[in-house]
Amino acid sequence: MAPKSAGYYSTESQKNEFKDIAMTTYRIDTVDQGTVTYTDQKRWWWLLSLVNPLIPLFGIVGHWLTGSELWLLVPLGMMFIMGPAFDWLFGEDENNPPEILVPQLEQDTYYRWLTYLTVPAHYITFLAVAIWVGTHSLTWWGFIALTVALGFADGFAINTGHELGHKRTKIETWLAKIVLAVPAYGHFWIEHNRGHHRDVATPDDPASARMGESIYQFARREIPGAFHRAWMLEHERLCRKGVPVWSIHNEVLQSYMITVVLQVGLIATFGWIMLPFLLIHNFFSWWVLTSANYIEHYGLLRAQQADGKYERCQPHHSWNANHKYSNLLLFHLQRHSDHHANPTRRYQSLRDFPDLPSLPSGYYGMYVVAYLPALWFKLMDSRLLALPHIKGDLRKVNINPDSLAAIQAKYGQADA
Amino acid sequence: MPTAVMPDANRRYQCPGCGYTYDELLGDDHEGYPPGFLFADLPDDFVCPDCAVRYKEDFNFALTP
Repeated sequence: MAPKSAGYYSTESQKNEFKDIAMTTYRIDTVDQGTVTYTDQKRWWWLLSLVNPLIPLFGIVGHWLTGSELWLLVPLGMMFIMGPAFDWLFGEDENNPPEILVPQLEQDTYYRWLTYLTVPAHYITFLAVAIWVGTHSLTWWGFIALTVALGFADGFAINTGHELGHKRTKIETWLAKIVLAVPAYGHFWIEHNRGHHRDVATPDDPASARMGESIYQFARREIPGAFHRAWMLEHERLCRKGVPVWSIHNEVLQSYMITVVLQVGLIATFGWIMLPFLLIHNFFSWWVLTSANYIEHYGLLRAQQADGKYERCQPHHSWNANHKYSNLLLFHLQRHSDHHANPTRRYQSLRDFPDLPSLPSGYYGMYVVAYLPALWFKLMDSRLLALPHIKGDLRKVNINPDSLAAIQAKYGQADA
Repeated sequence: MPTAVMPDANRRYQCPGCGYTYDELLGDDHEGYPPGFLFADLPDDFVCPDCAVRYKEDFNFALTP
């Protein structure tokens, strides 16, 4: 799709405006605001998004060099100790591109290449770890630590698939299907784009968590619910086209076919050790998505209109984290409100806004909190009810029906 | 909403959020709507196929020569 305001700028002005060789400054002359410029201070920091899928390799390289399996614990530490620590250390991000320069920023192919290159990075790590596990007799704890770390790293393949799957070019949608084959979650981009975005922050959405629902309850609703919705959406689309559901045209099955080749190939090559390896890996990859979905819309609710439809998704229907470090690893996924308002906007253009529902830490830290439900409820329930559009009104909250009575009793409110 | 197709013009409907355009002359092959499929005949629960944020009634009508 051509940028909506392609006529605003010329490539000439772009070429002439290098402040120095390393940074690109976008520039536009306007009638009312004079010359507007923008330099993305994070331009080269975005390379961190390429390191993220490679994190499990630090474990096997360390193990290889020292012979100590303790190194296999390092990748999990890099995610869940270093991640929250760096978020705390480097803090939040004030960087926001001016709207008028977004078309230029979106046309800059550098950013696109990073998402493309993340795809082979996930394959390299997945295969390297599989080969390592297949050719070494590890202790049980070394095996589990490495496999779980790979599961988490490949869960972030769903994040790459998410960024790519929202884009409308053929290469990007195909790369989405290819990268989603690693975590065996090919139905994600169908379910997410056409299901979750339509139903987000409503009781109808299996991928929006309800107040009072623990992540363990949520997972049992979300994982099967997402699969079912993806299959039904694809079924409807193929029926309209008059194409059999069990065919090569089924975009859920296309990605699954790559998964089957990959995973059956590994079992054939390395034997039955690959079976527990792949089951643990796949489960934890899915669990990463479940964790993200759990925290992204917890308790938030779109109002229902008189005609039964829901109000359109507003920025206050998503939780955000504006922390620099985790946003660099996750392609700005945590600037989630702008993503839901503008799902086809590219990651480098997503903005932070004041007064949005905001999480106290980045996703890595919040995942750990979510895994401890008592801590999660303590931290998040009061934060949810304090939001300016809710102000303690439980009728404006997406509440788990099983928890309704307890929540009403605790927060002292009459019948909803 | 006009009811008659005007000669030498195709009727396009644009998503106000992401810019996706439904062109009645072309339909939308990926979504399974053949060329000539009228916007008015799309299901009532139609949402923008690209962003899924905006509903059918949100689309803007544009007549393009």
